[in-house]
Amino acid sequence: MGGASEAVARVSERPDVVTHEGAPAASAPARSAAAGWKVLPIVEGLVLITALLLPLVLQDYLTVFATRVVILALFAISFDLVWGYAGIMSFGQALFFGAAGYGVALLARDLGVTSILLILPAGALIGLTAALLLGGFLLLGRYPSSVIFVSLGTLTGSYAADRLARGWYYLGGQNGIPSIPSLSLGSIDISEGPVYYYLALGILVVVYLLCRFLVRSQFGLALAGLRENEQRIAFFGYKAQHLKAIIFAIGGTIAGLAGSLYAFHEGFVWPNMLGVVFSTQVVLYVLFGGSGTLIGAVIGTVIIEGVSFWLSDNYRDVWPIILGVLLLLVIMFRPLGLISFVLGERERVGSFGKAPKETPNAAP
Amino acid sequence: MPLLEAQGISKVFGKLTALDGAALTVGENEFHGLIGPNGSGKSTLMKCVAGAEVPTTGKVSFVNTDITAFTPTERARAGMSLKFQITSVLPTLTLYDNILLALQAQCSLFDLVLSRTRRKLHDQVMTMLTQFRLAERAHDAAATLSHGQQQWLEIAMALAGKPRLLLLDEPTGGMSLEERRVTGELLQPIKQHCSLVIVEHDLDFIRDICDRLTVLDQGKVLASGTIAEIQANKSVQEIYLRRA
Repeated sequence: MGGASEAVARVSERPDVVTHEGAPAASAPARSAAAGWKVLPIVEGLVLITALLLPLVLQDYLTVFATRVVILALFAISFDLVWGYAGIMSFGQALFFGAAGYGVALLARDLGVTSILLILPAGALIGLTAALLLGGFLLLGRYPSSVIFVSLGTLTGSYAADRLARGWYYLGGQNGIPSIPSLSLGSIDISEGPVYYYLALGILVVVYLLCRFLVRSQFGLALAGLRENEQRIAFFGYKAQHLKAIIFAIGGTIAGLAGSLYAFHEGFVWPNMLGVVFSTQVVLYVLFGGSGTLIGAVIGTVIIEGVSFWLSDNYRDVWPIILGVLLLLVIMFRPLGLISFVLGERERVGSFGKAPKETPNAAP
Repeated sequence: MPLLEAQGISKVFGKLTALDGAALTVGENEFHGLIGPNGSGKSTLMKCVAGAEVPTTGKVSFVNTDITAFTPTERARAGMSLKFQITSVLPTLTLYDNILLALQAQCSLFDLVLSRTRRKLHDQVMTMLTQFRLAERAHDAAATLSHGQQQWLEIAMALAGKPRLLLLDEPTGGMSLEERRVTGELLQPIKQHCSLVIVEHDLDFIRDICDRLTVLDQGKVLASGTIAEIQANKSVQEIYLRRA
């Protein structure tokens, strides 16, 4: 190995290489910075501004609805990381969402815990633990597990959890756990309305930024390799299964966080939260908005939930059919989601290289 | 002790015996050609060495370690690298990112998440791209390259981790004569630090760059030796005449 690195070093010291390549090497990332990374920040900025101003113009009951959408967008991001970025087809993301929801509901019911400082970490921890257990079983092994195994495994996990909750008296059976008290911070109650909305939005923004940092890091490049050709990157020496388990666990943590916010916002938890319905719903959010872009997941959630809300008000009987047709149209004609109307392929995938510090304007 | 020693390798797919006690020995800094008629088991032997297939029987040793049961990841970490027969560059990523992806494979998780090696690896990425005459295209998507250029990018990626042994499965497949010549030129300098096993149909190419050859026929080794020895070998001449 030493010989090899010396050889490479020798090549890089060759004067012709340096003089010939020095200029393009230095300016190329700057060039890509000028050419790309334009649309995404604009879309992200617009979405954020809209989200910040929304409660000022919405009636109260609509703010409650908007809060639910913000929490579901957090859930959608958790799935987008796992599927859109790492290519793991998980049909059981609701398992982590619902498990955390049930977990914090029990904490509130049986132990009287409602402090946000305990509830949110507990929810995240429950999501993480469940994802580590299921992900460890499905993803870790000497050889990579097949897509079918993982998708059926996650689907089964979610379905089984749903059945378990329905049949278990302690968890309230079919009815779930009702009348969860409000979240609290010290002596202040955080009940539904603008305060809960901004709390959920704040958490969404923080998680979004952390995920954005992650998917644009060198780890994000490894995820891109994983998504595009898992076998190839194993031959480079990547521990592909470990990468998958890690991103699956991160996804579970975020889903858990979303689930605990959701449980306290709705005031009750019920078996559907764990089951296949929620698990596939989140797949649709991400497909619709655009998988492999974080903002796509958010936009998909907002539009599907918004359109469902409006349709169910105005076309009470046929709205699921209209929504279904809309979804099919997008999936058929825009497989990369709505975001692909404004976002090019190059910018969606992004570039991960960075020239050394002395290069001016190198940062993309 | 040779760098790579594969002995008694058999591989059975259902009723088909692809390899029947084949062997391959490669020394340090040796360019070794693996030739034979279609269906003689060249690619299968390559895959058994690389870890893409597990041999039914036999033993593969690499740097004095028995790696028969190693996964591809473990083999890569031991210093072995493979270029696939079908080009498998990552088409949506830029050339730069393709190389970076290969270079950072053994960085720790912590380094990857914090992007701590991104700037440090920049010079190595550009060196590899320059060496393979792709630096001008560094920030284009790999899908926009010609077939020949994709093969070069793939070889560059396979070499990025500084392997001690590089396995090339048909590196010149689908290339023009000029591209083949350039490929030969590009491979020569790596001899200083790396051994090579090449599966290739183009015998002129093999003759130009290889030191030793192993000839397979029907899953068995027909002959193994220097170019001159193989060219003088009667039974090798026979199978190639038979094919012609």
